[in-house]
Amino acid sequence: MLTLYGQELRSRLLLGTARYPSPASLEDAVRSSATEVVTVSLRRETAGGKQGGGFFELIRALGVRVLPNTAGCHSVSEAVLTAKMAREVFDTNWIKLEVIGHQDTLQPDVFGLVEAARILSAEGFEVFPYTTDDLVVGEHLVEAGCRVLMPWCAPIGSAKGPQNISALRAMRAHFPDMPLIVDAGIGRPSHATAVMELGFDAVLLNTAVAGAAKPALMASAFARAIDAGRDALEAGMLEPRDFAVPSTPVIGKAVFA
Amino acid sequence: MRALIKGAGVVGLAFAHELTARGVEVTVAERQPDFGGAASWFAGGMLAPWCERESAEEPVLTRGIAAIDWWDRALPGEVSRNGTLVVAPPRDAGELKRFASRTSGFEWLDAEAVTALEPALAGRFREALFFPGEAHLDPRRALSLLRQKLVESGVALIGETDSDGGYDLIADCRGAARISSTAGLRGVRGEMLYLQSDEVELSRPVRLIHPRIPLYIVPRGNGLFMCGATMIESDDGGPITVRSLMELLNAAYALHPAFGEARLLETGTGVRPAFADNLPHINRAGNTIALNGLYRHGFLLSPALAEEAADLALAWNLKGDAA
Repeated sequence: MLTLYGQELRSRLLLGTARYPSPASLEDAVRSSATEVVTVSLRRETAGGKQGGGFFELIRALGVRVLPNTAGCHSVSEAVLTAKMAREVFDTNWIKLEVIGHQDTLQPDVFGLVEAARILSAEGFEVFPYTTDDLVVGEHLVEAGCRVLMPWCAPIGSAKGPQNISALRAMRAHFPDMPLIVDAGIGRPSHATAVMELGFDAVLLNTAVAGAAKPALMASAFARAIDAGRDALEAGMLEPRDFAVPSTPVIGKAVFA
Repeated sequence: MRALIKGAGVVGLAFAHELTARGVEVTVAERQPDFGGAASWFAGGMLAPWCERESAEEPVLTRGIAAIDWWDRALPGEVSRNGTLVVAPPRDAGELKRFASRTSGFEWLDAEAVTALEPALAGRFREALFFPGEAHLDPRRALSLLRQKLVESGVALIGETDSDGGYDLIADCRGAARISSTAGLRGVRGEMLYLQSDEVELSRPVRLIHPRIPLYIVPRGNGLFMCGATMIESDDGGPITVRSLMELLNAAYALHPAFGEARLLETGTGVRPAFADNLPHINRAGNTIALNGLYRHGFLLSPALAEEAADLALAWNLKGDAA
């Protein structure tokens, strides 16, 4: 069981809601992955619509927990304002905090991130910060009030998979009791399995599913890959070694030499 | 048989055309003059079913293919059958492969072949996808000409009427105006702009692959270019935002730096009506039939939708259960 800010979850997959061919295909992906948390980007134009956003109604109708995000925000004030609007729209204190520092790489502005996390935590938000794999930034985020950390494993939407396994491993070791969710950079199910085997608690995905030719099938593939990685971690994996080890003992066999 | 069609956007006019062709006496009611409020006024006018399949369901391709011939028959000489060119900036070159893996009906072009098709793009793209079967038209000309043709063939155009009496069939083709009163219908905002440049010449729509927005530039002739379109989950029809304007202008500039000197003639916003599957639907209640949810495929899917609805309506009428 995964616990995020006191909320117990069976599924270790968090799914983004952007860029699906249609809301209907998004719903299919949510169902087939059995995810219990979806993230939704709150753009001001969307919230400003006359009907309060037909898309948001569809998201609410999915019946899963909504983790609004501040995607596309480039400053602390913009992210804080967006978070407050999200709280109104979705009636939740959860916020996936993104403060983007660079337009091309979508790399988080970790200084702004820590500042925004501190402001939002003080106002009662439960902050899920999209961060790098830097340990000191992670410490500052925890000190600012975050009880979940969400490091990237590669740039957003890059589909490259884990680029720095050592840093992810170090992060797991450094924050043994903090829920760690890999957010961004996952391209295929084997990437998700790999980070789950490292001991990460969950994986957040969007493009890898939304951009697949069959999003619902890909969502289910990811759900199984994440379970496989988690099960392997709990089962206990062998450490690699340099020499072969026979799986059948040789002692007692006839030796012809 | 007498039919009243509410709404004179692309769906209403295409349906009027199909009903007229079947001998129905048609009246079209439109509250706003000069296509005000119609999402189709802001359309790209691309008849691009193969490209659209990249992010749309299969029916958009299978039902969209017939649109090219339909428009050619309805408005002879208005359809340009020059195909579609799809290019990517160097940093998104990998995305071109993804686009190819989701679509069909294209050929890969090298730099030389791109130059042969569009000399203005010489040396700018190392590779591109070319969809030779696709076509485009000028949506504003097409709407005006189709309306004129309908009037000439006896269709009555009136302002919106409260009276639904005396008609055998009422067709609701009011699109986004029905969002608040149609279950499951939502708005998807689209912003576009018109540029004027005498330095760039293109003879077909060019799509620029972009990580967030499917951007395209469609030549309208005489140095006029339409550049669109954003896709924002909202029914806000207010003016274009600075961010969207920057994204669209950046795309034009990335396609050709000479667009830096172009004049920005117009910006526009339309609200596309869409159902959850982003596909159009025909709904019937008594003798009222509603055609809606064309999303970003008004010119592409109106012909197939109008034909299907006209066949259905006549079948009901023959059985005597519509009137």
